[in-house]
Amino acid sequence: MTIEEAEPVRPAARSGGARLSMRTRRALWVWGFLALPILFYSVIRFYPTLDAFRLSFTDWDLMSTPEFIGVENYARMFGDPHFWQVFRNTFAYLIIGTPISLVLAFTIAFFLDRVRFAHTFIRALYFLPFITTASAMAWVWRWFYQPAPTGAINSFLGQIGLTQIDFLKSTTWALPSIMATAIWAGLGFQIIIFMAGLRAIPQTYYEAARIDGVGEWGILRKITLPLLKPTTVFLVVFASIGFLRIFDQVYNMTTNDPGGPLGSTKPLVLLIYQTAFSSYDMGYAAAQTVVLFTILLIVSLLQLWIMRDRA
Amino acid sequence: MRNRNLMAGVTAAACIFGAQSAGAVEIEYWQYIYDTRVTAMDQLIEKFEAEHPDITVKQVTFPYADYQTRIVAANMARKGPDVLQLFYGWTDKFVAGGLIQPLPQDVFPHEEIEAEFFPIVEAMKRDGEYYGLPTAVRSLALFWNKKLFEEAGIDGPPETLDELVETAKALTQTDNGGNFTTVGMTVDMAGQDHQWWREVLIRQFGGQPYSDDYSEVAYDSEAGAAALEFYTALQKEEKVGTAGFMDEGQAAFRAGRAAMTIDGTFRLGSFSSIEDFEWGVAELPANAEGLRSNYASYFANAIGSGAEGEELEAAATFLDYLSSPEAMKLWLEVVGELPARRDVALTDENLADPIYGPFLKALDYAHTTRFVDEAAQRQVTIDMTNRVLLQDQSPADSVAEAAAAEQKIIDDAR
Repeated sequence: MTIEEAEPVRPAARSGGARLSMRTRRALWVWGFLALPILFYSVIRFYPTLDAFRLSFTDWDLMSTPEFIGVENYARMFGDPHFWQVFRNTFAYLIIGTPISLVLAFTIAFFLDRVRFAHTFIRALYFLPFITTASAMAWVWRWFYQPAPTGAINSFLGQIGLTQIDFLKSTTWALPSIMATAIWAGLGFQIIIFMAGLRAIPQTYYEAARIDGVGEWGILRKITLPLLKPTTVFLVVFASIGFLRIFDQVYNMTTNDPGGPLGSTKPLVLLIYQTAFSSYDMGYAAAQTVVLFTILLIVSLLQLWIMRDRA
Repeated sequence: MRNRNLMAGVTAAACIFGAQSAGAVEIEYWQYIYDTRVTAMDQLIEKFEAEHPDITVKQVTFPYADYQTRIVAANMARKGPDVLQLFYGWTDKFVAGGLIQPLPQDVFPHEEIEAEFFPIVEAMKRDGEYYGLPTAVRSLALFWNKKLFEEAGIDGPPETLDELVETAKALTQTDNGGNFTTVGMTVDMAGQDHQWWREVLIRQFGGQPYSDDYSEVAYDSEAGAAALEFYTALQKEEKVGTAGFMDEGQAAFRAGRAAMTIDGTFRLGSFSSIEDFEWGVAELPANAEGLRSNYASYFANAIGSGAEGEELEAAATFLDYLSSPEAMKLWLEVVGELPARRDVALTDENLADPIYGPFLKALDYAHTTRFVDEAAQRQVTIDMTNRVLLQDQSPADSVAEAAAAEQKIIDDAR
């Protein structure tokens, strides 16, 4: 609409006999181009999303016709301790993973911003994991975490006389081990964004603060952090959604016992994947998807709201 | 509505492609991607087409992970294959979903199937009809590393479970910190051990894993608990191996860091490239009374529900060829899987073969678990073991919990 208004209106007669005005034709062109992605998205994104809500009230194994069963899938889900375990795992990834990764990313970005020596090289090093295929990386870490003598970390621990850690084979350590990999993988991206945010803060503010005698800590608290807020909001939302949808790392690091041991690392997305494509219980999987969708929606809205209020 | 649009598209496409091949019948054969299987099938198709010039067979393959989904999706679009390969454990689902049709009895008489094939083909029978026939079957055996045995001064593979434990103990090596450098026996429930526990150990400890029709879980018994106790003791008491060593049992064996592992015929291809040491194959150990058991499985070939008229006829002819002695011999040579017909399998030459022999002997006493959801049922067994290994639950309690969980999976599926 703004495009139409922005264009000065030209007399229709100028366009040599065409019946449509320039303005209308332009609008048609614009909508013509826009229609394609909109149509595409409606068919491959919005329609299946909406259809998932319908499917969540059915019993469907992909082969028979879906049978309407009301809220039975939801009742089954909320009564299933396994679902709640997965639910807790998912939130563990979110609640522990997001703050740790953001604090780490900010700290690194903050100091990296001041480093001049080999700056680009170090930045590239941090960014590398982000562009590496998640599955390849997960497999490398999976081998790092092996018991000695094959696992690098445990071999090192053994050499300096410390006890072995059962990383991926322990119900206590498996989730943190996988989370560490996920944090490491996303760190590069967050550092780059934080650094862009830091660079965007005008130097004059810092100069003024220094003249007024504000210390480094004061500058950080009163100038850098508040002015970085748009960047932080973006990264919090982005990282949260990432952790809520975690799948690649978990699946690839636990392929023998997906989400194990004893379901201690299984996130919601992996549960959905197994329900849908291993047990072919599409209706139940759709119900789980609806729950994930709702969580994502609530978490995103909540964060946007909280972060905006404090401005 | 969606289906109708899809159908329109499919019909349009069919018109275009159909015009090219007037006269001859073209049928589609589907299987998952596995190098030697695809090669073997190419050779079989070539031979078949030479014998039947009026039939063309087009082989279509998909990655294993997508395979089932593709079949189901194609069936919904009425574009399913004419002949397809399926794991025997998917039969219930495929029959219920109308993906496959009964084999025509004029081409495949039941008396003939029952007389000529190994009894495990029974698993393809539903309501008095056979829904598929295998070209090849698989069973389990004990793989042993000859080099490590020699170094430890042990002559040959163990014959009984007690010997297995003793041998494994003698072969286990640890470093100064107490970490395994070589395990005597792999402990890997996610591999083939869950089949070993289910169909072999439980029976050897005097129990039965399921009721005869596999509708009831029967291992919540002393025998089931004793079998699990024996299995978990390999790690906890005897310390001859540990779950997750080298990530997977087969990887540890390949790397020469496991003296023994239990695996199937399908592993022969991958182990044949081992160059650092020689390995041998032995029948799974018997119990003290000499009772042996084994788990056999197979991928069967079936006729897709969409095949009709002359395509159905061509599909049946092709399937008949795939189940012929000739095809089985070729499959054994190229893929290394055992022939599903007794007379092709149990030749003197095959039985004397040091590698095929132990697998073949097992086929006579092997059992074939009727899975309703193999991945989920395997998970139950993995979790059962982990509760004992990681959380110190008693084997009896863990078995009881597993039995209840698996019974629920079976009940939900029926």
